[in-house]
Amino acid sequence: MIDEKFDAIVIGAGMAGNAAAYTMASRGLKVLQLERGEYPGSKNVQGGILYADMLEKIIPNFREEAPLERHLVEQRFWMMTDRSHTALQYRSDDFNEEKPNRYTIVRSQFDRWFSRETQAQGAIVISETTVTELVRDAYGKVIGVQTDRRGGTIFADVVVIAEGVNGLLGTRAGLRETPKAEHVALAVKEMHFLPRETIEARFNLHGDEGVVIEAAGTISRGMTGMGFVYTNKESISVGMGCLVSDFAGATETPYGLLERFKSHPSIKPLLEGSEVKEYAAHLIPEGGFKAIPELFGDGWVVAGDAAQLNNAIHREGSNLAMTSGRLAAEAIFQIKSRREPMTKQNLALYKKTLDESFVVKDLKKYKDMPALLHTQAKNYFLAYPTLLSNAMESYLRVDGTPKLEKEKATLRSFVKERSWTGLFGDAVRLARAWR
Amino acid sequence: MKILVCIKQVPDSAQIRVHPVTNTIMRQGVPTIINPYDLFALEEALRLRDKFGGEVTVLTMGPPMAADSLRKALAIGADRAVLLTDRSFAGSDTLATTYALAQAIRKIQEVFGAPDVVFAGKQTIDGDTAQVGPGVAKRLDLLQLTYVSKIDSCDPQKGEIIVERRAEGGVQVLRTRLPCLITMLEGTNEIRRGAIDDSLRAARAEIVTWSAKDAGIADLSKCGLKGSPTIVKKVFAPTPRSERATLIEPAKTAAESADGLVGAIFAKKASLESDMAKLASGS
Amino acid sequence: MSDATAAPAQSRANQKKELPEHFRDYKHVWVFIEQERGEVHPVSFELLGAGRKLADKLGVELAGVVLGAPGEGTRAAVKEAFHHGADLAYLVEDHVLADYRNEPYSKALTQLVDAHKPEILLLGATTLGRDLAGSVATTLLTGLTADCTELAVDTDGSLAATRPTFGGSLLCTIYTLNYRPQMATVRPRQMPMPERDATREGRIVPFKADLDEELIVTKILKYIPDRESSKTNLAFADVIVAGGLGLQSAENFQLVRNLATTLGAEFGGSRPLVQKGWIGSDRQIGQTGKTIRPKLYIAAGISGAIQHRVGVEGADMIVAINTDKNAPIFDFAHLGIVTDAIRLLPALTDAFRGRLSPHARDRLAS
Ligand SMILES: Cc1cc2nc3c(=O)[nH]c(=O)nc-3n(C[C@H](O)[C@H](O)[C@H](O)COP(=O)(O)OP(=O)(O)OC[C@H]3O[C@@H](n4cnc5c(N)ncnc54)[C@H](O)[C@@H]3O)c2cc1C
Ligand SMILES: Cc1cc2nc3c(=O)[nH]c(=O)nc-3n(C[C@H](O)[C@H](O)[C@H](O)COP(=O)(O)OP(=O)(O)OC[C@H]3O[C@@H](n4cnc5c(N)ncnc54)[C@H](O)[C@@H]3O)c2cc1C
Ligand SMILES: Nc1ncnc2c1ncn2[C@@H]1O[C@H](COP(=O)(O)O)[C@@H](O)[C@H]1O
Repeated sequence: MIDEKFDAIVIGAGMAGNAAAYTMASRGLKVLQLERGEYPGSKNVQGGILYADMLEKIIPNFREEAPLERHLVEQRFWMMTDRSHTALQYRSDDFNEEKPNRYTIVRSQFDRWFSRETQAQGAIVISETTVTELVRDAYGKVIGVQTDRRGGTIFADVVVIAEGVNGLLGTRAGLRETPKAEHVALAVKEMHFLPRETIEARFNLHGDEGVVIEAAGTISRGMTGMGFVYTNKESISVGMGCLVSDFAGATETPYGLLERFKSHPSIKPLLEGSEVKEYAAHLIPEGGFKAIPELFGDGWVVAGDAAQLNNAIHREGSNLAMTSGRLAAEAIFQIKSRREPMTKQNLALYKKTLDESFVVKDLKKYKDMPALLHTQAKNYFLAYPTLLSNAMESYLRVDGTPKLEKEKATLRSFVKERSWTGLFGDAVRLARAWR
Repeated sequence: MKILVCIKQVPDSAQIRVHPVTNTIMRQGVPTIINPYDLFALEEALRLRDKFGGEVTVLTMGPPMAADSLRKALAIGADRAVLLTDRSFAGSDTLATTYALAQAIRKIQEVFGAPDVVFAGKQTIDGDTAQVGPGVAKRLDLLQLTYVSKIDSCDPQKGEIIVERRAEGGVQVLRTRLPCLITMLEGTNEIRRGAIDDSLRAARAEIVTWSAKDAGIADLSKCGLKGSPTIVKKVFAPTPRSERATLIEPAKTAAESADGLVGAIFAKKASLESDMAKLASGS
Repeated sequence: MSDATAAPAQSRANQKKELPEHFRDYKHVWVFIEQERGEVHPVSFELLGAGRKLADKLGVELAGVVLGAPGEGTRAAVKEAFHHGADLAYLVEDHVLADYRNEPYSKALTQLVDAHKPEILLLGATTLGRDLAGSVATTLLTGLTADCTELAVDTDGSLAATRPTFGGSLLCTIYTLNYRPQMATVRPRQMPMPERDATREGRIVPFKADLDEELIVTKILKYIPDRESSKTNLAFADVIVAGGLGLQSAENFQLVRNLATTLGAEFGGSRPLVQKGWIGSDRQIGQTGKTIRPKLYIAAGISGAIQHRVGVEGADMIVAINTDKNAPIFDFAHLGIVTDAIRLLPALTDAFRGRLSPHARDRLAS
């Protein structure tokens, strides 16, 4: 047993855990952070885009040191069928600003750096150590953790649970339920290495500029999901994710989908000649506002993916994780400064600030979206992309058919597929969920 | 007993990539690890300490980042860590490396007491030379036991050690005197997981960090590139074997596929059939 | 080479040869003839073959260096050195040298080098050769290029030694321009075995090394030859069957053992199997396991990661069974079949048994 007691123990060295540990340590709290991976970031997966603003609030000058890949100047949304894509593309030189807003990152490197910074603030970080249990006192208050290492229990005033989406610990401790299959997506991702000159030529980039492609359509075989391509300095991240509940009934495998996505005529040339080095699979919480569990209790708070704080519609997760981690830490620091105990009542401060932040506000905005996409997956991911592609092709092909006839045929195809009420309903539902 | 273990931080070779155009190693983002062979040495050192008492010091020469590996060794259970780091060591070949390490070990001897046993890994996975161990032994005039598969007995009082050493066609059982240098063969033990307090201690431990000067290295001309007799003239990617494997078309049944495969093997190299027939009949 | 390969300094790569005066009389190519218990290690002959080419190119003599106890075995080793291409042999006979030990061997070899000054000194990259070469090079303060796969003489007469680095992902060519001798160790089975010519003779140069058993601290208590122990001997096996994670369970690994037993072969596996405890660590093949050089290597359900590859590339024939046609193992295997190993292995065992049984062979012969 360890005699010493910490002000706070943070479980997990991902985005939420690092944000929390950094914030507390930099304010002078005695912090112990435990990470199950070989090193912080070794197991973590992200597309990934880093949103600068949320990190800036924690480490203002992070741009000087952090391992950032490319800052994003262009976003492409692709509606795909098996042979085509229809694109909405936005690129602006305004994104080439002094302090860019979004960067691609490679989590294994980024997390390592973030952890190093956290340690520099005085937090003690121990890797290759899995927290197996929360330790409670006779009244049920969490007073420490048990790990899988010899020498057992470690005590602290408060435990910050930032264990990510799986949340085995939290569910085992009865703090929340296992996420439902329709509330998590399974994403698979590969890193394709190419010389940086090749990447820059293929994507029309200068220097450290970067591009993101997000793609939806028939590539997910009627399941709720999407594919993505992110440019890093010397690699391209390619991935595909779908709701776990959709895979359950399907013959498709995540890897099979990714293979097909990679061999799509619009994607394949981007990856040609690359060397694949990393293959990863990871869950993404997509339940949204309605899936958020209890966020705090006597002696504990939960942040990040473990609390389902993830905005699937905008593919934002790391920023919600960082923000929730920081807010939890600030709440703990305040309580500590007032020399008050880490009771449920006091820790409610965390939820209060979180509710006031973009984190909960954004999730609330899209609260109906997950259910809609889940129940209407076939329409949004199969029918519409196909209709759109056919319409585009017909519009562009010059074959002697009068234009009016073409337009009529296109319209007929939409109605035939979805009926007037269906089309109307889809539009209303989407608009309502988006609102 | 005082025991010293030389460890090296190496890039995880599983994740190394070679730039297809420039043929240089792309190290960006490649995680570093303790040279896996060195873990066998570290574990053996810890076992000796657990048995006879004393302390285990780990030593590495490398960039400041190599402190990570030392900390890891502390978390596994080592008692003290020394990092030898200096710009003048850059580009060292094995001869220059052994010079610097030997000097550092002399300094360790002065400051923390003379080691009874110095351990090294069999070889590294990046340099892969298996020379640094023997070189350090020679420079320090230590008796050298390489490719040790087992320490049969050790008597620190009498200053005697008996080990099994792998030779080409068998195993030598050798007796020698302490102090000596041992390089451990792989697969001879299993590295332990430190306890949680080892990790706490490791996280807070002060790593003894020495520059060339701190280690008492006066002659910098023997260090780094200057002190390295070997010169890397050219680095290039191996020409990929021109042909990939000849693929045998799988047949309808496994039996037919197997016949096809066996036939193809012997068609490719006829002499194999009689060699294998002899082997199969046990003669 | 530890760090030099990591950052080949451009300036040094262009460095010119400026051999100091006192090294100029270092001449001839030497090959250390490794013998253990009266038997010469084949790598020594392979080295004589390679050394012959270097010596001819340089217009110098090729010498074998034989250390051992006075007697038949040592003399026979000298003869074999001549038969395999040596012009002369340095012979150091001393009872102290009966069995390999680092102290007397490195002393004797160092003294010999100081006395007769070779330009190039080659040893096998065996446990003995590596143990000895490291000590000798350090004592002589010269460069040593370990584990070479290729040796050549450059236009200016320097030894260009090529070796793999970073686990085989790259090769580098290394020079020891301004120090002598230029030392290198070479892996067994890298160089072709030269033709043996039993009529070839050479001259013997005896050398008396300053050795004294009294002063040698390390004593050999026992020698346990591998054939007398139950230890696995992957490194020397002629046929090896190995399995990987593709076999999916410890039970299925039995299929690999069955085939090996039928063939009278050794069995082994990839690292994850050791980690999972399906096989002992002495059966791991690859970079952190055993390097093997069999005549036939059958890999079932092994992907062929670089760390595995470097351990098996010396095999004469690699046969891969894998369900994934894109598995990297097909990049370096000679024969392959894209199929389920769990189904194929039993059939393969039967097929080999049928083909190799004396009965079948008799029929074949008639
Ligand atoms: C394919 C993919 C693409 C994504 N793309 C983006 C993107 O572009 N932008 C974006 O903002 N977000 C993205 N996300 C989401 C983002 O990655 C997550 O929201 C974010 O990582 C959540 O941070 P976290 O700290 O809560 O969890 P994690 O980063 O998952 O960290 C949890 C940590 O806890 C550790 N841990 C777990 N259990 C234990 C235990 N018992 N004991 C000790 N340690 C434990 C884990 O090893 C891990 O290090 C993506 C996710 C995926 C899978
Ligand atoms: C420092 C370091 C040192 C290492 N040293 C070694 C080493 O010495 N030796 C070593 O082997 N590895 C070593 N590794 C590990 C190495 O990188 C690989 O992880 C390992 O070789 C993979 O083993 P595998 O091929 O059995 O498994 P996998 O890579 O998982 O491959 C399994 C293969 O089986 C195929 N398969 C699946 N099912 C079937 C079936 N039914 N029939 C046929 N095929 C099937 C799959 O297509 C796949 O190709 C080392 C790694 C590191 C980092
Ligand atoms: N830079 C270094 N610092 C400490 N030990 C080293 C270093 N380089 C090599 N060694 C030790 O020497 C052994 C053999 O290394 P090598 O000769 O490079 O194969 C390694 O396993 C280490 O124990």
